[in-house]
Amino acid sequence: MYIIRQAMAGTLESSDVLVEISPADRISIDLESPVKAQFGDSILATTQEVLKAQGVEGAQVRLQDQGALDCTLRARLEACIARASEEADHA
Amino acid sequence: MRRSMMFLPGNSPRMLMNGPVLPADSLIFDLEDAVAPDQKDAARVMLAHALTSLDFGQKEIVVRINDLASPYWQADLDKVMPARPNLIMPPKVARAEDIEKLAAYLDQKEADLGITAGKTGILPLLELALGVENAFAIAQASPRVVALFLGGEDLSANLRSPRTKDGWELFYARTRLVNAARAAEIDVIDTPFTDTDDLEGLRQDAEFAKSLGFSGKSVISPRHLDIVNEVFSPSQAEIIWAQEVMAVIEEGKRLGKGAVSLHGKMVDKPIVMRAEQILENAKAMDYPL
Repeated sequence: MYIIRQAMAGTLESSDVLVEISPADRISIDLESPVKAQFGDSILATTQEVLKAQGVEGAQVRLQDQGALDCTLRARLEACIARASEEADHA
Repeated sequence: MRRSMMFLPGNSPRMLMNGPVLPADSLIFDLEDAVAPDQKDAARVMLAHALTSLDFGQKEIVVRINDLASPYWQADLDKVMPARPNLIMPPKVARAEDIEKLAAYLDQKEADLGITAGKTGILPLLELALGVENAFAIAQASPRVVALFLGGEDLSANLRSPRTKDGWELFYARTRLVNAARAAEIDVIDTPFTDTDDLEGLRQDAEFAKSLGFSGKSVISPRHLDIVNEVFSPSQAEIIWAQEVMAVIEEGKRLGKGAVSLHGKMVDKPIVMRAEQILENAKAMDYPL
């Protein structure tokens, strides 16, 4: 899956995460989270796993976490990757 | 048992996470009005993950998809059907053909996903005057239809009547839906009471709906759940009365009596049916009988 445009998914509301993805040659992940000390490694591992599962080999990923559960992080990443890689109209 | 059916927006993680602890009999996850058009894609993915990751226990899981005239409803089902929701709620249902169209797509999805054919029920949302007029045909359009659901806000707009707290503008639709649903031997669910702060008004509205024959009521605020559950649960007095009815019936049979009475009133077939319904509901709620 090729990232061909910048895209966002999610919100800055409590229990959500705002994901931003931009085209890049390799994977880089920037994480902001109030629970980074406790769960940062787990959040990064989930992000890597989702990117790999979606076949993304190059992307700049920014996560602004507001205490999202694992399923929320996965959902927002998947939605963002789809938006960044397809000619989607968000419908 | 569908005393209370609570709407939750399908794209709000915070609200979705609350679902497992809400005391609602059914949860209706909304992909329609609660989701902006440019967020439909993200909402589907969010809901699919929430349904497969969170434990909703014995609660009935309902997904309100986008209306069948929109470009969204098939994509909604493609995304959420792998999570095997119990019911699909199509909004703005106007004719039996709408249900047949949805049922045909569910046939295909169930076959593709290895889900038992016909397992996914349909809960049509009737919120157009035409839908109300066609209520019985809609109720009978497919064996998947488990209940009719009244949507009062859109209906009052369609009727060009103001939406009032006493709800007389919905009186015809309410009685029409109850009659159609009962004739088709399915449940019927009342529209939500939208003033989240007026708990006395909610109680009166719910009691009125119950007196008309509704099985339960939809809810848009967690604050309304306890009252709606209480109103649509059999009371202790009703349970005792029902047990007495069944006892005199048994006693009559034992003594070979053709007719029996309780507290001076004859106990005939409709009375026995009513008593059986109360005990059935009480049993479903795990009341000690």
